[in-house]
Amino acid sequence: MSDLLAARSQMAMSLGFHIIFASIGIAMPLLMVIAEGLWLRTGNEAYYKLARRWAKGTAILFAVGAVSGTVLSFELGLLWPRFMEWSGSLIGMPFSLEGFAFFTEAIFLGIYLYGWDRVGRKAHWFAGWMVALSGTLSGIFVVMANAWMNQPTGFDLVDGEPVNIDPVAAMFNPAAFHQTLHMTIAAFLATAFAVAAIHTALLRRNPDSDFHRKAIGIALAVGVVTAVIQPLSGDISARFVAEHQPAKLAALEAHWETTEGAALTIGGIPDERSRTTRLGIEIPYGLSLLAHHDPNAEVTGLDQIPEDEQPPVTIVHLAFQIMVGIGFTLMGVGLWGAWQYWRRRRLPTHPWFQWAIMACGPLGFVAVEAGWVVTEVGRQPWVIYEILRTEDAVTQVPNLYVPFISFTVLYVLLSIATAWLLYRQVVIEPREEESAGQLSGERQHANA
Amino acid sequence: MPTLELTAAAVMLISLIGYAVLGGADFGAGIWDLLARGPHAARQRRVIEQAIAPIWEANHVWLILVVVILFTGFPPAFSAIMTALHVPVTIMLVGIVLRGASFVFRAYDRPDDRVQHRWGRVFAISSTITPIMLGTIIAGLSSGDIDIEDGLITSGWFNSWLGVYPFAVGGFTLVLFAYIAAIFLTVETVGQPDLQEDFRRRALLSAIALGAFALLVVLLSGDHAEHIREELLNSWWTWPLQIGTAIAAVGTIGALLTRRYFLARTLAVLQVTFILLGWGASMSPYLVVDDVRYHEAAAPDITLQLMLGALAVGSLILFPSLYYLYRIFKGRQAFVLLDLMGEHRAASTHTSDE
Repeated sequence: MSDLLAARSQMAMSLGFHIIFASIGIAMPLLMVIAEGLWLRTGNEAYYKLARRWAKGTAILFAVGAVSGTVLSFELGLLWPRFMEWSGSLIGMPFSLEGFAFFTEAIFLGIYLYGWDRVGRKAHWFAGWMVALSGTLSGIFVVMANAWMNQPTGFDLVDGEPVNIDPVAAMFNPAAFHQTLHMTIAAFLATAFAVAAIHTALLRRNPDSDFHRKAIGIALAVGVVTAVIQPLSGDISARFVAEHQPAKLAALEAHWETTEGAALTIGGIPDERSRTTRLGIEIPYGLSLLAHHDPNAEVTGLDQIPEDEQPPVTIVHLAFQIMVGIGFTLMGVGLWGAWQYWRRRRLPTHPWFQWAIMACGPLGFVAVEAGWVVTEVGRQPWVIYEILRTEDAVTQVPNLYVPFISFTVLYVLLSIATAWLLYRQVVIEPREEESAGQLSGERQHANA
Repeated sequence: MPTLELTAAAVMLISLIGYAVLGGADFGAGIWDLLARGPHAARQRRVIEQAIAPIWEANHVWLILVVVILFTGFPPAFSAIMTALHVPVTIMLVGIVLRGASFVFRAYDRPDDRVQHRWGRVFAISSTITPIMLGTIIAGLSSGDIDIEDGLITSGWFNSWLGVYPFAVGGFTLVLFAYIAAIFLTVETVGQPDLQEDFRRRALLSAIALGAFALLVVLLSGDHAEHIREELLNSWWTWPLQIGTAIAAVGTIGALLTRRYFLARTLAVLQVTFILLGWGASMSPYLVVDDVRYHEAAAPDITLQLMLGALAVGSLILFPSLYYLYRIFKGRQAFVLLDLMGEHRAASTHTSDE
């Protein structure tokens, strides 16, 4: 394994691990404040229990997200020092703001998780909103920095170095809007479907549970709304990429030859040697329509991109197909549920629908991972698009397989431990009252 | 008017002090979890858990702030440090991950569980390794053993941190965190005199260990960190700081001996602050001794201005939020600097607070 490959693998693995916990950390607080808000309005204890159960799971997942996020901020320098040297002064702005958003999130999460009996109800609910808001903002700030790598702006390039820098322009780079929009919606979408799936499985075991019905209701409400708007945000992204990163678009669509009225290839296996795609379904004019909203528009193919500036087509194309396929599946299932609800005014409990929801549980996160493969691998061979190559940004430290393997083992173990703990403590009926009140209760005892 | 780059470096040092005092106390609490002994061991562990559970994640963010200021304000320094000290930084990160994850795993698992004990061990051991690595990193920056030529590290991947001096500093950091944690815990255990006595004894023992490590570090610095030593011996600011540190140290011990825990805590925080201020000032003008000067590594003015502006505006949200957090979980006693009316009265007001 070359050091470059080890560094890329470590970064990919760390990001792929963190993004799951980060997405949950962004989305769960919203579900919790919705449940808590319903409790405050209706006085129904089931909503209160729901908010507390969710809070318990979130506490575990947020901690893993916080520490794995810390690892990433260091890894920027541990693995890509030349990249950070080049761009630190440009992209530090969103990272500084993210630092404060994260601070606010951690503070109010502490109040939310441990303050049930220590602050008033309204203050507690307010803390939940602060967590939801600052968590979303901190995700947005980090993605803004990533967007800059796709659309580096805010400087003049003189002898390969940035001068006259403008960190505000770098932060509000042209890719920032569509990337942050797409990722933020994805976080809510993936989490909502996963939560709905877990509670659906539990509802099937215990069909009379009002608790699980309410949980599914809240999760699906968030899931359906985000599933419907996500394809729209995807369209914004696709058109942006078509215009500004033609190499990435050509790779993700496996579009080999520049053509007018280009067909859209759905699925299929790209063959990079013969430069063809086998087994795909072709929709005439589809790609021109999607990329430029004009059936006859010319779409740049890989033939226009110098060979040493082409991303790996197979991975990017397949990842893109997976992401889009899942996106439409979730939208379909979501609309099905919405339609059922509209007809009967109650939560759909048809077994087929329940199975569909359970099948969708992990899919949102698969789509999130696939989406990051599309944007990161699709940017290759650049770390800063058309400015700095990934191979020129890697650290001079040798034997990078050692940290790569170490962090992989660490994260695999943590994943197993987290899943097992969540299963034991949150999914299977916990002795809620004792365990949730435990910390604060004992503390007051101790002081009494 | 200090220059922008000096201001940025100062803010970075302040964040590091924040991490050492608050985050450091959380790590130190983990050390006391590892060393919990005697008939009160289980209660000691529980008090530790309750003390840090709601606040450790917020305390941890000070480290993120240090890193962000470093890579935004001084990008070449960040690159050089992360390259030269790749190995200890990686070990420290593994410690940070394990500490955070195992703490929350333990807190949320069943209290009577064998598995929970295992997480407790992981929590305690990673709380010990992380401060040692942080100390070796600080020593690596201070010693002048990192060499950079044409942007490349030429001093190898182990020399600058794997040695007697870096590990002496690592031990010093560990004991410092344990010391401050024990003192914080004497305040946390107001109302539980037996536990309070346990932590008072631990605070006094770690004060002695701290003195020994401080002596060791000073003796070794003649050979291993000449720049720091020269600065500490010959600068105008050094004597007020050193005298301040000494007064704070002696005062803390005196306060512990006379059971004035609030005063001990105030003085211990001052002591840590003075130590790090002294270190930071003696690093000047370097971020990495002999090779990276902060004014040369600084980002352009516009970046520093925006960053400092963001930090200033952010503080307006941060400090009230932090105040609110501590006020909720630590009560009014979180902000008592010293209690002239006697420590016991404060003890009784604490519970009625909540």
